[in-house]
Amino acid sequence: METIWFCLVAIMIAMYILLDGFDLGAGAIHLWVAKTDEERRQILASIGPVWDGNEVWLVAAGGTLYFAFPALYASAFSGFYLPLMIVLWLLILRGASIEFRNHIKSTVWDPLWDFLFCASSLLLAVFFGAALGNVVRGVPLDASGYFFEPLWTNFRLGEETGVLDWYTILVGILALLALVMHGGLWVQMKTSGAVSARAGKLAGRTWWGVVVLTAVVTAVTFRVQPQVRENFMTWPWGFTFPLLAVAGIAGVIFELRRNDERKAFFASCAYLTGMLTSVVFGVYPIVLPARNPIYSLTVTTAKAGEYGLKIGLVWWVVGMILAAGYFTFVYRSFAGKVSVDKDSHGYGD
Amino acid sequence: MGQALDVHRLHFAFTVTFHYIFPQLTMGLALLLVYLKTKALRTGDEHYNRAARFWARIFGINFALGVVTGIPMEFQFGTNWAAFSKAAGGVIGQTLAMEGVFSFFLESSFLGLFLFGEKKLGRMGHWVAAFLVFLGSWLSGYLIVATDAWMQHPTGYRIGADGAIELSNFWALLLNKWALWQYAHNMLGAVQTGCFVMAAVGAFYLLTRRDEKYGRTFVKAGVLVGTVAAILQLFPTGDMQGKMVAYNQPPTLAAMEGLFESQAGAPLVILGQPDVEKRKLDNPLEVPNMLSFLTYRQWRANVKGLSELPEDQWPDQIPLLYYSYHVMVGLGTIFIAVMVLAALHYWRGKLYESRWMLWTLMICAPLPYIANTAGWMTAELGRQPWLIYGLMRTAQGVSPRVAAGNAWFTLIGFMGMYAVLAILWLFLIYREIELGPDPGDRPTGEDAIVLAAD
Repeated sequence: METIWFCLVAIMIAMYILLDGFDLGAGAIHLWVAKTDEERRQILASIGPVWDGNEVWLVAAGGTLYFAFPALYASAFSGFYLPLMIVLWLLILRGASIEFRNHIKSTVWDPLWDFLFCASSLLLAVFFGAALGNVVRGVPLDASGYFFEPLWTNFRLGEETGVLDWYTILVGILALLALVMHGGLWVQMKTSGAVSARAGKLAGRTWWGVVVLTAVVTAVTFRVQPQVRENFMTWPWGFTFPLLAVAGIAGVIFELRRNDERKAFFASCAYLTGMLTSVVFGVYPIVLPARNPIYSLTVTTAKAGEYGLKIGLVWWVVGMILAAGYFTFVYRSFAGKVSVDKDSHGYGD
Repeated sequence: MGQALDVHRLHFAFTVTFHYIFPQLTMGLALLLVYLKTKALRTGDEHYNRAARFWARIFGINFALGVVTGIPMEFQFGTNWAAFSKAAGGVIGQTLAMEGVFSFFLESSFLGLFLFGEKKLGRMGHWVAAFLVFLGSWLSGYLIVATDAWMQHPTGYRIGADGAIELSNFWALLLNKWALWQYAHNMLGAVQTGCFVMAAVGAFYLLTRRDEKYGRTFVKAGVLVGTVAAILQLFPTGDMQGKMVAYNQPPTLAAMEGLFESQAGAPLVILGQPDVEKRKLDNPLEVPNMLSFLTYRQWRANVKGLSELPEDQWPDQIPLLYYSYHVMVGLGTIFIAVMVLAALHYWRGKLYESRWMLWTLMICAPLPYIANTAGWMTAELGRQPWLIYGLMRTAQGVSPRVAAGNAWFTLIGFMGMYAVLAILWLFLIYREIELGPDPGDRPTGEDAIVLAAD
């Protein structure tokens, strides 16, 4: 039962990264690929109706993690207190930038929000990567099941780790590059004209960085977290996950060269899914590794009561079927390339 | 530990109080938007669609602020209240996760369609989108109230082998009697905020003699729905809520009422300042026997005072709790008076001409916000010193490793950020009201994010 929930939470986090990933990426690149007000409106229009729903995956994944693995939620959230609060501030700034920008047309109002939107998207991508890096590297948990990490200590992988060290920063940069590529491919697919062309070009350039850093981070990870090597040795079928990532990243450049915008975006989705599932597979059954392995939290030590997990499965499946229905409906309603016209809110008075 | 505990409490109190400014309006407006869209559908009059669009813009700003200030609330259960989350996450995590899965997906999907897709959806489709936004936001409200109700009156749980609190009966959690009454009471409060705000904007238009047709629509909708809500707020929902507190949380009732000594025929205090050290009320102004009657329906019934109850069960902020409760009840009474009076004016066909009545409606707009906040302070301060009533004390629930210094750091950060958001919010809402509902008055190129499929 706990393994099922481990997989379900992983799926929800993957959904969050795939969906909010493209609008974070779009935010991170929009200052460079969109120059004029009209071009920037195109980018906002490409994520306008969906970013809010994408962010709901974070809230829903958080809630699911909360009830399925309460001890993990308590330990991780209080231990990562500072970075999580900073993530919250960035999410607030970013949401405000998207919502408020188009309320007033002015040469001082728009650029301010454009800058905040870009900066917060960029930093969020780095922080989410660093968070993933922390979970792989392990945290200073002790017998109480709690820990607290300052933002940084000495940037080394010792016993007294901080949120940022050379390893987590490296993962953070990889996350930024991967989401820049992902967002670039989304913008290329959803917009037209100069914006679309610039976004495609930027995604193609970032691709090289993603490939190099993926190789480096993978190599380093096997040394940083021994559990990963052990899992892949024990269950060799797990290599399908990294293979998916490799196929995805190869697909991105292949489809970009063929000018198939849709397939290039979906290849990027495959890459992100492959990377994330590799990590998840690599650390299972641990949900939060400790620097001292005897204190690591596992699916069994962190799970909630059996009855709650069973009944949760019933409503979760029902809820997800409904959510999948709404998402299909919304994405189909707003399918195709966006166009920006002077009419407001889609009705003609 | 004492110091860190206080900062963590203030942290949650500050962020949740600021957050709830927005949902109380959007939940109330969601109902009124359905009313306006229904009117449009039944009369075929484009006027109601334009009115709905105007309020949809205000709804959109508030909704966005509600979302961004709401995410920190879920996070804080883990960040600031880790020990509580670890112990009770298996129970309250259920309702919180259900909120994400059932209502947030629904709300966020159809809000996008409601705001951006009127042309595409058609008349009936757009009504359905409005209705689903209403459904999503009210469902969300229920699941949050059910979470709080479980903390007020835990049901459907058992203590597991490792001391964790486990869920044992899903429906007891979901259909907690406390949750049903608290929800009804809370939602009526939200409806009142929506009604007072809508009526106030309408009154502003009528008083300044602009957009008068819209002004009449807004005042009428606000007053008619608001009258019903104001009355139901007091009876039966407020009354039931009071009885549940009396039976399940006797120290809370005594502290709310400022009743230090047990008394047969206890009075209802209108005014008076509690002095907890001397255990008395200064300059009390009372209605004799009224509290006994309201609580037990008998004029001479005995109501337990604080002195008769163990001191370690007393709420720790008695004066603040007492004032929160009195502010809530006092304002609720004023709302009934204002709304009933306005409804009488409407009935006699004088509402839109009576300037002092319109002035009153306009001035009242901020008051429901205060009443809703005071109501929640009553519930949460009243629950003290318990985090889960009778099961876990507040002091036991805090994150053991997050020092006061780190909690202050983020609390100050939130204060700064929310101050900026509050200024922007007032500015943008004022601007929407100033631009008005008539599309002819709006500059072109505003909000020009339009999504057209090829």
